[in-house]
Amino acid sequence: MEEKTIDLRPVSRIVSGYGNDKDSNLIAALQQTQDEYGYLPKQALKEVSRLMDVPLTRIFGIVTFYSQFTLIPRGRHAIKICTGTACHVRGVNEVKQKVKDQLNVVEGETTADYQFTLETVACIGTCFLAPVMMVDDRYFGKLTTDTVTGIVDRYSGDYT
Amino acid sequence: MLKRLMSYGDLVSMRKSGEKKFNQNKVKVSVCMTGCRALGAEEVYDEFRKQVKKQKLQDKVEVIETGCQGLCARAPVMTINPPGAFSHRRIFYGRVTTDIVPDIISSTALKGEVINKLCYAAAGKKIPYLKDIPFYSKQKKIVLRNCGIIDPKNIEHYIARKGYEAFAMALLDVDPNYVIDEIKRSGLRGRGGAGFPTGLKWEFCRKAKSDIKYLICNADEGDPGAFMDRAVLEGDPHAVIEGMLIAARAIGSEKGFIYVRAEYPIAVAHLRNAIAQARELNLLGNNILGTGFNFDLEIKMGAGAFVCGEETALIASIEGKRGMPRPRPPFPANSGLWNKPTNINNVETLANIPVILSNGSEWYKQLGTKNGTGTKIFALAGKVKNTGLVEVPMGTTLREIIFDIGGGIPGRREFKAAQMGGPSGGCVPAEHLDLPIDYETVKEVGAIMGSGGLIVMDSDTSMVDISKYFMDFVQDESCGKCVPCRVGTKKMLDILTRITEGNGCRSDIEDLKEMAYVTKSASLCGLGQTAPNPVLSTIRYFMNEYEDLLKTGS
Repeated sequence: MEEKTIDLRPVSRIVSGYGNDKDSNLIAALQQTQDEYGYLPKQALKEVSRLMDVPLTRIFGIVTFYSQFTLIPRGRHAIKICTGTACHVRGVNEVKQKVKDQLNVVEGETTADYQFTLETVACIGTCFLAPVMMVDDRYFGKLTTDTVTGIVDRYSGDYT
Repeated sequence: MLKRLMSYGDLVSMRKSGEKKFNQNKVKVSVCMTGCRALGAEEVYDEFRKQVKKQKLQDKVEVIETGCQGLCARAPVMTINPPGAFSHRRIFYGRVTTDIVPDIISSTALKGEVINKLCYAAAGKKIPYLKDIPFYSKQKKIVLRNCGIIDPKNIEHYIARKGYEAFAMALLDVDPNYVIDEIKRSGLRGRGGAGFPTGLKWEFCRKAKSDIKYLICNADEGDPGAFMDRAVLEGDPHAVIEGMLIAARAIGSEKGFIYVRAEYPIAVAHLRNAIAQARELNLLGNNILGTGFNFDLEIKMGAGAFVCGEETALIASIEGKRGMPRPRPPFPANSGLWNKPTNINNVETLANIPVILSNGSEWYKQLGTKNGTGTKIFALAGKVKNTGLVEVPMGTTLREIIFDIGGGIPGRREFKAAQMGGPSGGCVPAEHLDLPIDYETVKEVGAIMGSGGLIVMDSDTSMVDISKYFMDFVQDESCGKCVPCRVGTKKMLDILTRITEGNGCRSDIEDLKEMAYVTKSASLCGLGQTAPNPVLSTIRYFMNEYEDLLKTGS
């Protein structure tokens, strides 16, 4: 997948944090690994497999089952557009299209400058604010095609 | 640093000092800091703190960050209560901005004067007091008793409101069998959707013979359009922990898990904090309250798979596997997590438990209907004025929820249907608005109680589009293990897509019905067994819309 060698020390730190109870903590360890690298690099998965003594096939089975995991690098900011029922009835499709046009990506893709990854999520439980999206851990509600562009712009230039 | 509670007496004295602190002679300014964050609640809260400090009002005004206060349509929302305990003179403000904070402090908090423009308005009239607002006055808050009142990050607040006393009773005063009987007598049924009697579930697990038993709280709220569990976890996490402690005592478990969606960061943070505080106070861990009873909790984060709300899939996920369901029996009560007897309850179910034990099953049974006792929380959203979180006794009609509490449909459009139960549920049309809602009545009209998502749809919403929307969702979330669900949902989605694009044909409706029948009867788990419900209910009530689309087709 990638040529460049990555620092695998974080993986051993993460795995050792889970002690002996390895089976049930596999998903948590993968979640933490993804938090660390922003995605799940192949080398990191191999290291998790080696350290936790779990076949790589099983790990691959897990990371391709749960939608949270990604095997390709993601952008600095994650935009999650809610496509739940309330957002659907309140016109999130137009909002989504606007963001797609603005960033020139489709769902699941990352912008060329790695600033944004656009995702959709089935419901983030803030239906009263529909249509709604999250940028990283922040919620933005009652979106319109007019307001959404400005919100995305706010995240375009910052490198925090 | 909190002092460890080594006896019931310690808990009571903590409650007493907490009550004094909680009801002291200060104005309470409570700002919703959960859902309202999306519309600037944090800035408003910070401004209150800043102003109170700047004006040296710490002895007069207390600023509290709370969980969901319910009327999310007015976010960010807050209440101001005159000095002392919560009273009928609690003022409700909505759409609060930072620049008006100094005004709220000087006029409302210090002088009790109402700022009209921040008040809830109905029919041109401003309603300052929370108790007079129809949205609140028609509700009955039991599960949400503390939500919006206490600071969910402060265990002292929860204890001041008699928190953990029901658990202390279950632990010290009565036998576990009594607890189970009491829950059975109360008629409480699972609030996660299926409505299985909770007491019976506990009894199965208690009777199962094993050295280890597990308890799981299912907080994998995945139905699009549902945010009840999110609100309870964020606004009153200790109520869930207390419910789990009581359940653990009843079934004889020492280890519990809370399986929560990773998409709920605030809920996870509040839970982590609550667990840490409960441990510090010796309400979780070993030798709880000095009685020798042990129980501890661990949070497991879901990784984004809707099917993990199904109990056997959830168990597989905790075991570190792909979250795929397995056939039942054996039921988890006999063989669940790591093949040990396991009891799984939903968040709202667990939050009911302390109240039932404190007030008694007789009291609880008076609420609701014969088939559905107690209350139900609904997440009211879609085309309705007062979107938000609503708790009403079972047996309340849809009309009361949508029109009296919800304030009706915005604009001049008309009510068309209410979608209940998410992807497993159905659309209830206007002709059933006066139906008293409980588990059975809702099923009769083609929907399900579900977890409590209630999406209102108006004349603008295409019901065929909604049917396709849900099929798209379940098709995507089907785990693929069993053929009827994997293929059935895909085929139904193909047909619905064809119809909505104007390429449908007459036989499509019959094909849909047949496919729905097969998927319903032959799927392995609840996901597939209920997946056709949105299609069937829209065909049942809105056939004309399908026909209109078929006419435009060939």
